[in-house]
Amino acid sequence: MSIVHNFPFFSILLCMSAGILTSMLNHRAAKWVTFFVSGAVLVMSIFTLNLTTSLENSYSFMMGHFPAPWGNEIRIGRLEALAATGFSAVLFLSVIAGFYHSPTFVSEQKTNLYCIMIDLALAAVLVLIYTNDLFTVYVFIEIMTIASCALVLVRQNGHTLVAITRYMIMHLFGSGLLLLGISMLYGITGHLLMEPLHDTIQGLVEKGQYTDPLVVVIALITAGLGIKSAMFPFHGWAPDTYAFAPPVSSALLSGIIGKSYIFILIKFYYRVIGIDFIISQDMTFYLFYCGIAGMMVGSIFAIFQRDIRRMVAYSSVAQIGYIYMGIGMGTAAGVEAAVFQMLVHSVVKSLLFLSTHELVNVSGDRKRFHFLHGAGYRNVPAGIAFTFASLSMVGIPFTGGFIVKLNLAIAGMNFVGTMRALVLIALAVSTLLNAVYFLHTVVSIYRKPPADIVYPEKEKMPRYVAAALGVSALLIFLLGVVSEPVMKIIEKGLQTFA
Amino acid sequence: MSKKRSDWESRPQARIKKWFFDGYSAFDDEIINQISVKTPDPVNHAVYDAYIDEISANKHERKLMIEKFEDQNVRSWINARGRKVFTRFYVILSFLLACLMIFFLLRTVAEMPRFGSETSPGINEVTARYIEKGLDETGAMNIVAGMILDYRAFDTLGESTVLFIAASAVLILLRIDRNKDGSPVMELIAEESDDRHYEPRNDRILQGAAKVLVPIIFLFGIYIILNGHLSPGGGFSGGAIISAGLILYLDSFGFEKAGRFFTYSTFSWVSFISLSFYALAKTYSFYMGANGMESGIPLGTPGAILSSGLILPLNIAVGMVVACTMYIFYALFRKGGL
Repeated sequence: MSIVHNFPFFSILLCMSAGILTSMLNHRAAKWVTFFVSGAVLVMSIFTLNLTTSLENSYSFMMGHFPAPWGNEIRIGRLEALAATGFSAVLFLSVIAGFYHSPTFVSEQKTNLYCIMIDLALAAVLVLIYTNDLFTVYVFIEIMTIASCALVLVRQNGHTLVAITRYMIMHLFGSGLLLLGISMLYGITGHLLMEPLHDTIQGLVEKGQYTDPLVVVIALITAGLGIKSAMFPFHGWAPDTYAFAPPVSSALLSGIIGKSYIFILIKFYYRVIGIDFIISQDMTFYLFYCGIAGMMVGSIFAIFQRDIRRMVAYSSVAQIGYIYMGIGMGTAAGVEAAVFQMLVHSVVKSLLFLSTHELVNVSGDRKRFHFLHGAGYRNVPAGIAFTFASLSMVGIPFTGGFIVKLNLAIAGMNFVGTMRALVLIALAVSTLLNAVYFLHTVVSIYRKPPADIVYPEKEKMPRYVAAALGVSALLIFLLGVVSEPVMKIIEKGLQTFA
Repeated sequence: MSKKRSDWESRPQARIKKWFFDGYSAFDDEIINQISVKTPDPVNHAVYDAYIDEISANKHERKLMIEKFEDQNVRSWINARGRKVFTRFYVILSFLLACLMIFFLLRTVAEMPRFGSETSPGINEVTARYIEKGLDETGAMNIVAGMILDYRAFDTLGESTVLFIAASAVLILLRIDRNKDGSPVMELIAEESDDRHYEPRNDRILQGAAKVLVPIIFLFGIYIILNGHLSPGGGFSGGAIISAGLILYLDSFGFEKAGRFFTYSTFSWVSFISLSFYALAKTYSFYMGANGMESGIPLGTPGAILSSGLILPLNIAVGMVVACTMYIFYALFRKGGL
C-alpha cells in the first residue's frame, strides 16, 4: 500500500483536526488554516483521483485494526475520488472568493467559530463521499446539519433566524427519518457495513422475506435524504436559507452540502440495496416525477422573484430536479448524467451565489432588479462570471450545462413512449423557463444605470477574488468542452461503485 | 368558584387553541419577536440610510411605492382570509399525514423479525465476534466500551465532534462578544440583552447542599469514566455526571464564582486538548491498522485499571468533552457568555 492510498484518510482526519485547532486561533490565523486545509484536501483528492483511475477496481481502507464487518471502513473508487476533487475545488474557490467579506457578517471574535464550521463541513462531506458504513453516514450527517445551521446563523438578523428555524426543523425531521430507516435495516439484517448489508438483502430478496419492511426502509431513507437535499415537494426551507445566508455559506450549502446527501442516496441505492430491487418495486419513478415537477415549479417560482438571490435560490430547486430525474430513470446512463449534473451544478451554483453577492454589493446592498442596472459595468469580473454561469444554467453550448442536458436527453432516448416524451418535453420547457429568468437578469445587469441614482464608492474587489471567479468560470467551460474524460471516469466509476 | 388566571394566554391549552385557529402565522410572528436580535448589519445599515435620503425624490421611489402597494394588496387578502383557509387545510392535512405514517410504521414494526429471536437474520457473525472475542481483542471487560472505542472508534470520534460542534454553534448564536475594555462589540446589543443578571439569588440551603454534593458528584463521575472499560459506564455517562455537578455549582453560586474556574478559555483548552489527543491517537492507530502494522500499544491484563490499550485515555478525553459541552449548553441558556 503506497502513501497515496492513505490520502483519503489523511484528508478526513486533517479536516477534523483543523476544525479542532481552529477553535484556539484568532480570526486571521483561523482563515489561513481553513484556506490551507481546503487547498491540501484538493491536492490530495487530485492525487487520489490519479491513483484510482490507474487501478482496475476500487479499494477498501480499514479504519482501525479490525476487518470489514466488525470495524469501520472507507472505500475509495473513481467516482468517490472525482466527487471529492470536485467538491473540494468548489470549497477552495468559494473560500478564496468569499472570505474577504467576512467582516460584514461575522465579528472578529466569532470568525474562528465560523471557520470550525467550514472545516467540519468539509470533513463531513469527505466522509459521506468515502464511507462504506451506514452508521458513520448518520453520525457525519449530524455534524453536517449542525455545521450548516451555524453557517447560516452567523449573520444574526430576523430573516436568517426565521429561515434557520425552518431549516433546522425540516432537517431534523429528515435526520429522524434517516435514523429510523437505518435502524430498521439493522434490525432486519444485523449489519451496518455496506457490502455485507447488500449480500444479506440479496439473500432476503431471493427468499422473498421481509419485502414490505425493506420497501418502507427505502421510502424512509429516500424521504429523509430528499428533505435534506431540497427535492421538490420538500424544498420549502431552501429559498430563504440560501437567500439570506452569507455568500460563502450559500455557496457551500447549495454547492456541496446539498450534493453530498444525493451522493449518499446514490450509494444507498446502488451499493446497499441494489437498484434491481428498487426498480422491481417501482420506487425510482417517484423520484423521476418529483424531479420533473421540481424542474418546472422551481423555475416558475424563480421567474416571479423580485430579489436576485431568491431567484438564484429557486433555480437551485429546479437544478436539483434534473439530478433526481436522472436518478429516477434507473438506468446507468441516467445516473451518469445525474452525477455529471451534480458536479457541474456545484461549480455553477457556488459561482452564481458569489458573483451575485458582488453585484449586489456594488449596487449598495440592494437586491431588487432595478437597482442592479449597470452592475455588470461597476464590477466587470463578477458580471462576466455571472453571465457565464447563467449561460451554463440555460444550457448554451461550450458550457457544462449543455452537456448535462445533452446527456439527460440521450439517457431519455433509451426509453420508449411516455417516459421518452416526458424527458424531452421537460428538458425543453425547463430550458425555456431557465432562459426567461437568467437571460432577463443578465440583460438587466448590463442595462444603462439610471442617471438619478448615485452608487456609493465601494472598495475595489481584490484581484484574487476575480481570479477565483475566473477559475470557476473556466471550470464550467472545461466541463462543457472536454466532458469526455470526466464522463468516462463516471461511467467506469459507477461500474465499480456497487 | 374558579378564578380566572391572569396568565391564561401563555398556558399550553391556549397556545394550542391559538395555533389551531390562527395557524402557524401566529407562531411565525412570535418567533420573530422572540429571537430577532435587533441589530441591523453594522455596515449595510449606514449605507441604507444614506440611500433613503438620496432617492427620496426620484422615480425609483415611485417604483418602490408601487411595489409596496402591490405587496399590500396581496398581503391584505392573505392576512384576511388566505392564511386562515390555508392553515385550517394545513392542520387537517398534517394530522392525516401523521396518522398515515403512524399506521405504516406500526405495520412495518409488526412485520420485522422479533427482537432477539434465534431465527432473525440479524443474528450473525458480527455480534458473535463482539461477544466471544471482544475481551481478547480489545482487552476491555465492558463489551460496549470495546465496541465504541476500539472496533468502531471512528464513529465515536464523529460523535465527540458532534458535541464539540454543537457547543460552538451555540456559542456563535448566544455569546456576546466584548472588546478588551469590556464593551460589547456590536454597539446595538445593549446591556439588557445580556440576561445573566437574572441568575438565582443567594440561597443558603441550596449552597449548603451544593457544598456537600458537588465534590461527591465529581468523584462519582470520575469513577465512572476511569472504570469505563471494566464496568458499565464510560466517557459519555461519566462526563454527563461531572457536568451535572458543574451545573449544580453554577446554580447555587452564580456565574461570578463559577467563572473563577470555568471560563470560555477553559472550555476551548479542555476540548482542544482532549479532541486533538483523540484525533492524533486514532490517526496513529488507524494508520498502523490499515497498513497492516502493529501499533505496539499494550492491552494489559483484563480487569486491571491500566489495561485495554487506548480505551482508558480515550474515555477520559470523551468524558472531558462531554462535561464541558453539557455545561456550556446549560450556561448559555442565559444569553451572554460563560
